[in-house]
Formats: sequence, structure tokens, C-alpha cells
Amino acid sequence: MAEGVIQVENLVKSYGSVEALRGVSFAVAEGEVFGLLGPNGAGKTTTVEILEGLRNPDRGQVRVCGMDPQKAGDDFKQRVGAVLQSTSLPDKLRVEEALTLFSHFYRRRRDPAELLRRFQLEEKRHAFYSELSGGQKQRLALALALANDPSVLFLDEPTAGLDPQVRREIYTIIEELKKEKKTLLLTTHYIEEAERLCDRVAIIDSGRLIALGTPHELKQRSGSTTRIQVRLAHAEEDGALRQLEGVTDCRELDGSMVMHSTRPPQTIVALVKHLEAQGNELQSLEIASPSLEDVFIELTGRRLRD
Amino acid sequence: MKHTWTLSKMRLRLAMRNRTFLFFSLVMPLFFLFLYAVVFARGKPEAVAYLLGPVLALTVMGSFWGLSMQLVTFREQGILRRFQLTPVGPGAMLGSSIVANYFLSIPTVVIEFLICRWVFHMATWGNLWQVFCMVSIGAATFSAFGLIVASVTNNMQETQVINNVIWFAFLFFSGATLPLMVMPAWIQRFALFLPATYLVTGLQGSIMRTATTRDIAGDVFVLAAGMVFAFEISRQLFRWEPEAKVPGRAKVWVAVAMVPFLLLGVWENFRGQSLNKIRRDFQTFERQAGPDSQH
Repeated sequence: MAEGVIQVENLVKSYGSVEALRGVSFAVAEGEVFGLLGPNGAGKTTTVEILEGLRNPDRGQVRVCGMDPQKAGDDFKQRVGAVLQSTSLPDKLRVEEALTLFSHFYRRRRDPAELLRRFQLEEKRHAFYSELSGGQKQRLALALALANDPSVLFLDEPTAGLDPQVRREIYTIIEELKKEKKTLLLTTHYIEEAERLCDRVAIIDSGRLIALGTPHELKQRSGSTTRIQVRLAHAEEDGALRQLEGVTDCRELDGSMVMHSTRPPQTIVALVKHLEAQGNELQSLEIASPSLEDVFIELTGRRLRD
Repeated sequence: MKHTWTLSKMRLRLAMRNRTFLFFSLVMPLFFLFLYAVVFARGKPEAVAYLLGPVLALTVMGSFWGLSMQLVTFREQGILRRFQLTPVGPGAMLGSSIVANYFLSIPTVVIEFLICRWVFHMATWGNLWQVFCMVSIGAATFSAFGLIVASVTNNMQETQVINNVIWFAFLFFSGATLPLMVMPAWIQRFALFLPATYLVTGLQGSIMRTATTRDIAGDVFVLAAGMVFAFEISRQLFRWEPEAKVPGRAKVWVAVAMVPFLLLGVWENFRGQSLNKIRRDFQTFERQAGPDSQH
């Protein structure tokens, strides 16, 4: 197993007949922001909850800061922080009280007033938990995760269900944590989140880790192709477009055709000629570098949100 | 202990902000007090002294209901799983329920006592030391019973059904509402297996000064044993996660918490002294409240 603050080796977990994890292995270095990217039900939350010590693996080994989360007990909990995907606090607990309460549980702790400032919750310090908006609740969850000034943070879908503006606020907070050299493991199914925040990304699908690397490396793995997305007046057989010069892959996606090409100019010329010959029309054309979504589609044949 | 106290303070705050809790823990017991004192005791100070025991017992036992519901709510809403990430263990979480409930019960008990003394002119304070012991151990024991219900039920519906069954038995077969002496003989014998009976009779004897220190020590010991068993079983069966279900066979462990009361019930049924004391106190009440007094 590679050296790392977080080490996962051959993790296997089933819920009845459902195999949630089928031999997942990876390591996260100190100060690294590591993303687990995958669709719902891929096994991301199960992996994180095993690392947090909330669940037992059926097989495999995990170490966080050199400790087994299931066995280390108090020492482990003193050193890690977490934002769970589904959790809550008592409705009638005030924001400031929650921060003070949680900081009391730890030997090493951050000043609740400083956390209120940092997470822009000062105005809401006397508000009940039930009175907070979704974004404020999530900021509070992040603040609580930092109550013990942890060296390792687990963030399970920290922006799920939030509107884009709040999501960007959370990104800024995570980027600040990154600057503080915290080791972060975050799960997400947002491509933008993984590309913007993560040093390395593991793509996980159906309980298996199918790709691992920096976002750049993963995109390079797409064969240095360029993504050409076209919308046509009449539907085309993807087989025909796949024959165009430079095209390595072509799929239908939400009514558009997405091609990957190693020679974009030649592909576009060939496409225009082909459409003219077929009496078809080009309604729109977008050219972009491949995203992690493309990598995922290439690897699984499905979109992340499918 | 530090975590237990920290959580207890939080639980106290949350309870004070919960109107439903305040209604059931303060208004309802006072309603019962006035009902018993005015209707059953007809305002006669001596009779009020007899009925204060059951009223205090109802106040103390009421905790069992609220605690089980609160803990199941915390689990169902995913609140407990957030605490699972912290160094707080099941013992501190459960212990805080008992501590908070104790401090929430005491003011109501004091108010009830003061009303009986100053409004209904109850002649005696009773043996306050004995009353304190019975209230304290009663609050802790019935809180622990609430925790065990929360530990063996998987959802709120199940909790409500089990609570209703247990509460009904505690309410009607322990002398807390109807004096045992007006019940059929078989119910009187069944009552000797219920922890609530020992709380009611212990409090009654302490207020009327008819219970000896030895009598109270026996009641306290059995209630304390029940509390220890119930607390430990709750701790073992404690679940943080909403989706974690308790296996059916684990529910059998609840019977273990009842072992001290089963043993005591067998012993008291064989010996018959408890029923004699209950009869003696009831006859005193009948004389004081008048010949046509009905409770």
C-alpha cells in the first residue's frame, strides 16, 4: 500500500445482495484534496463512512493518520472532521450553541467566535437551526467539522442540493482549507467541483474504482482528443459520424451528437461535407477540451447523472 | 463525565424551548395534582397527603415517555449520527438523558409539594429525606426505562405503541390512579411485579411517615437495580444510525431489566407485607377523606 494520510486497500462492502464496494484501493497524501467522483449509488458514501468509522468494511483495510477508524476510538475522532451527506441538529439549538457544544467535545479546539466569522454566520449566531437556509446549514456543518481543527476532513457531497451561488461559496471555503494544507477527501457528482477543487480524482462506478489521477491526467487519458458537440436538423446515425476523419468516438447525448476527435479542423470540414451530402443542417457546434464527464462517459458509456 | 454534563446542559436547554415538553412535564402534573386534591381528597389536608405520593410518582414516571420519544426522534432525524463522529459515546448520550430529566423533574416536584402545603394546607412535609431518595431514584429509573424502549424500537410508531402499553400498566395497576385496594385481588398481586408500584407506595409511605428507613431502602435498592440493568442494556443496544435496526431477539434483553422486579414480585407475593402496608395507608386515607370517599 502506498504511503498516505488516508490509505484504502481492497475495500469490499455489501448490503444484503447489493455489492456497494468491490475492491476499492487508493491513498491520499498529506495536504492533498482528493475527490471521489461518481454517480449516485457508486459507493462514494460507503467508502467515506468506512473511513469515518461509521461503518465496518466486509473486507479490506483502511488507515487514517495511521489509525484504524473502527478501533482507534477517541484518538481518531480527535483528529478528523466530517460533513455527512445526511445529518441534522436539534431544531431548537442555536448556531452559536452548536459550535460551543461541539468544540467542548475535543481537546484541541477552534474558537467558536472565529468559526462564526469565517463561515459568515455571525448574524445568525442566535438563530435556531430550524431557521437556517440550506446554504447556512451547510456552512454550519462545515464549521462544526472544523471545531476540533482536524488534520483530515471528510466532506460527503458538501454542495449537493445547493443553488449555484451557495455552491460557489462552499468552493471558496474548501479552497481556503486547501491553502491551510488540510487533507481533504470529498465526494461529489459535480464535474465542476472535482475539476476546480481536487488535486487528484478517483472515478468510482458500481463499487469499482475505474480511473485515478489528476483532473488533467484523466482528461489526457481521453487520448488528447477534442470534444465536438453538434446539434443537427435531422437525426444522424452515429455510425456515419464515427467514419469522419479524426473521429475516435461518437455518442448521442441529450439530442446532440458528441464526437471526440484527434484532428478537429479536418473533422469539422468532413462533417460539413457529410451534412451537405445528406441534405442535413448544422444547428449548433461547440468545441471544447474533454471534461471529466467525457472521461466518465468513455469509461462507462453512461453520464454521471444517469 | 465531562461529555455527559455538556450534553445534559444542551438537553436541558432544548427541553425548556419545547412547549409540548413543558406542557406535559409541568402543566399536566399540576392538573393531576388539582384533580386529585380537589376531587378525590375533597381538599382535606390529610387525604391530600395520601394522594400526593401518586401525584409525585406520575410526575417522576412521566419522564419515561418523553425520553424514549426524543431519542427515537434524534435517531430518525439523523441527529445522533452527527454525534457519532465526535468523541461522545453511547453512555454519555444516554446518561445525559437521565441527568437532564432529573433536573427537569425536580422543580415540578417542589412546586407540587409547595402547593399541597400552602394551598391545600397539608399538615406534614413527610420524611423529606426519604421523599428525596424516592424521587431521585424514581426519576433515574423511569428515565432508564424510557431509554430501553428507545433502544429496542425501530421507529416512532413502534415506540408509541410500546410506550402506551407500558404507561397503561404503570398508570392503572400501580396505585398511581386507582388505589390498589379497590382493585381485584389478582391485580393487587400483579402490581407487586411493577416498578411503578414501589415508587407509588414508597412516596406515599415517605409523605405519610408510615414507611421505615428499611422499607424505603428496599424500594430504592430494587429501583436502582432496575435502573442499572436498563441503562446497561440500552447502552449495549444503542444505535446511532436511523437505518440500523435492532434484531428481534435483542428485544428479549428488555426482560432482563425487569428481573429485579420479577424477583421482588415473587418475594412480596409470598411474604404479603407490601400489600398489608398498602392496605393500612389506604384505610388511613378512607378515614381521613370521609366514609364515602372514592379515589
